[in-house]
Amino acid sequence: MIYFDNSATTKIADSVLETYKKVSETYFGNPSSLHHLGDLSTQLLQQSRLQIANTLGVKAEEIYFTSGGTEGDNWVIKGTAIEKARFGKHIITTSVEHPAVYESMKQLEMLGWEVTYLPVNQEGVIAVEDLKNAIREDTVLVSIIAVNNEVGSLQPLEEICALLKNYPNIHFHVDAVQALGLIDLPLGGNSRIDFAVFSGHKFKAPRGIGFIYAKEGRQLAPLLTGGGQEKNKRSGTENLPAIAAMSRAVRLVFEEVDQKKSHLRNLQKKLRAYLETKEKVTIFSPKDHAPHILCFGIDGVRGEVTVHALEEKDIYISTTSACSSRALDVDSSTLHAMGVPKNVAETANRVSFSAENTEEEVEKFMEKFDEILHQFEVINS
Amino acid sequence: MKPTQLMIRYGELSTKGKNINFFIDRLGRNVKNALEGSYPNVEISWFRDRMYVELNDEPSDEVVERLQDIFGIQTISPVLQVEKTLEAAKEGAIEIVRPFVEEAKSFKINTKRADHDFEYDTMELNRSLGSAVATTFPNFDVKMKDPDLTVRTEVRADGIYLSVETIQAAGGLPVGTAGKGMLMLSGGIDSPVAGYLSMKRGIDVEAVHFASPPYTSPKALQKAKDLTAKLARYSGQVPFIEVPFTEIQEQIKKNIPEGYIMTVTRRMMLRLTDLIREQRGGLAIMNGESLGQVASQTLESMLAINEVTATPILRPLVAMDKTEIVEIAQKIDTYELSILPFEDCCTIFTPPRPKTKPNLEKVIEYEKALDVEGLIEQAMAGLKIENIGPDSIQNQVDEELFEGLL
Repeated sequence: MIYFDNSATTKIADSVLETYKKVSETYFGNPSSLHHLGDLSTQLLQQSRLQIANTLGVKAEEIYFTSGGTEGDNWVIKGTAIEKARFGKHIITTSVEHPAVYESMKQLEMLGWEVTYLPVNQEGVIAVEDLKNAIREDTVLVSIIAVNNEVGSLQPLEEICALLKNYPNIHFHVDAVQALGLIDLPLGGNSRIDFAVFSGHKFKAPRGIGFIYAKEGRQLAPLLTGGGQEKNKRSGTENLPAIAAMSRAVRLVFEEVDQKKSHLRNLQKKLRAYLETKEKVTIFSPKDHAPHILCFGIDGVRGEVTVHALEEKDIYISTTSACSSRALDVDSSTLHAMGVPKNVAETANRVSFSAENTEEEVEKFMEKFDEILHQFEVINS
Repeated sequence: MKPTQLMIRYGELSTKGKNINFFIDRLGRNVKNALEGSYPNVEISWFRDRMYVELNDEPSDEVVERLQDIFGIQTISPVLQVEKTLEAAKEGAIEIVRPFVEEAKSFKINTKRADHDFEYDTMELNRSLGSAVATTFPNFDVKMKDPDLTVRTEVRADGIYLSVETIQAAGGLPVGTAGKGMLMLSGGIDSPVAGYLSMKRGIDVEAVHFASPPYTSPKALQKAKDLTAKLARYSGQVPFIEVPFTEIQEQIKKNIPEGYIMTVTRRMMLRLTDLIREQRGGLAIMNGESLGQVASQTLESMLAINEVTATPILRPLVAMDKTEIVEIAQKIDTYELSILPFEDCCTIFTPPRPKTKPNLEKVIEYEKALDVEGLIEQAMAGLKIENIGPDSIQNQVDEELFEGLL
């Protein structure tokens, strides 16, 4: 089996699963319990949080655990909306966001908020000038995806940070679900990024766990109220096995991170060079983009057909994002925003690597891809 | 170029007359104790007017921060020592003001010449260094009156010493110069502040804590120890004396009328603390009482409780408002710990309405129902004593426990 759908989800790492199991068996006490078992769980919770914070170079108090990326995005956006409505009801985001951001914006629009969706160029990247022009007196939040999940385009976070230094009251949120260990994300210290959202299962941690970074001093209203966990900001009994497992997974991500990045780039380069030789293939991913994603399509063949054709050969890729691929909502897709015509966008496929993928797998993929290209040619001619 | 040494000025010590050597020696030892462990390369030397810490490449900022907590130090100046040449002095002056030119707008050079053999006199030095700095930082003006920054330059036999900063430290008297005292430490906001202020006036503080398991939780005990660790920053280490108090509290609850439980409990605590003081060579007892704050802190209560001993009881907070106390607690970083919600021996068994004006005769009458001597003997036999240093905050995680897991 060749698994090239790592942006949809990753296979949990063995050692991470071990941690999950061991914590489930050994540290099953509720951290809120007064007895010794509760203490142990509290300590493990603190230690997990501290390890993640140290790895990212931020403070432990700035890390809050969530159920994943969708919750994180919903929380930062709506939590900011609740917290800052009295200062203004205008938000700026991009037209290439993940649905967790996009749909949260739509919901706020129904509640009377105004949202500006910044356009992107054909590489899927916004212009900082557009952002500057969109900022108003009543803008309270700017929400930008770091690495686009469909084509892998990177937003100019550094320039955006520099611009927003002039607007210290605006919350700056970065959807970093596809970013951990793949791009340099400046957090902590003087960084202008106020919030960043991460999801465990994108980096070999279990499903149903994630975390947000929230800069010290920035206020965010809770969405989940109740027992007061996470300093009263995110109630619900802590998912300790998953939290500890994710803490380990974060550590693993940053082990030899530079080598992994260049390995991913090599795989991607190899595949891109191969696809570029194919007359019938259009590559959608821009040149300078995230190291792990490559988006392309076979002219005239719907993406879904390609997915199934490769599936028959035990190779797993996706159409665009796994989250929107079932809905086929092309109009709100990144490709649409990049100006790709609908009939072309429908051909899109996404290959997403993990560091465990090998060159041999890419070669095998190329071999099988030749076969299906040939198959489609026969049918179409 | 980084500071090569720190110059420490004494506060009140300078007025101590014949005793001054005793105070300075003690301060020197306290400074040594505080720095030795974390910064092994520093060399400390003390004189009648100043103390010097040679940094030998230890981080200046961190050492300064540590020294700011040591009572007896009034101010600290990072000093840059350069060779005794004009060129070196110019370069040194430029480097030492560099970090401040963004905020400060004006400066002057103030030179003292202890070594009169140096080829330039003070006027010449002021002028040369001033023009070197002004040329390097064009927006930085020389101003003789009220400049934002004064570059102090001292020409001594072994080099030229430059400094610009004067950093305020804790003031007070060196811990230990006033003798030893026992602090009644509950775990609330007040008693750590009382301990801090006692240390500030030179008292060598030992913490006495009453524990009544299972009515009080292990967390409450740990919290008291963690608070003690915070106080240990100011003195190096603090002995922590845990008094087993369960039996006494149960007997009081059983035998004393509800309105008087609090008064009798406090009397038992005071008796025990006084005995511990005697054993350990203390001269006073300190607590966190502030007049009128709660039922036990009326003058009537104090009279009824204090009756058990003639030992001086120091109440550094007696005239402070709660907000003033909280402010200090935040400054010494005990506030967050203090508000953790664990029951301590002062909150268990307390009736909804304790007597605010207990009658001493009645108290003595009621106490006859208790075997005071027996209970005290039993508690004294079970004392647990440990030394707590500034790094022994235990609320932190035992990392080894989770080794290989994360």
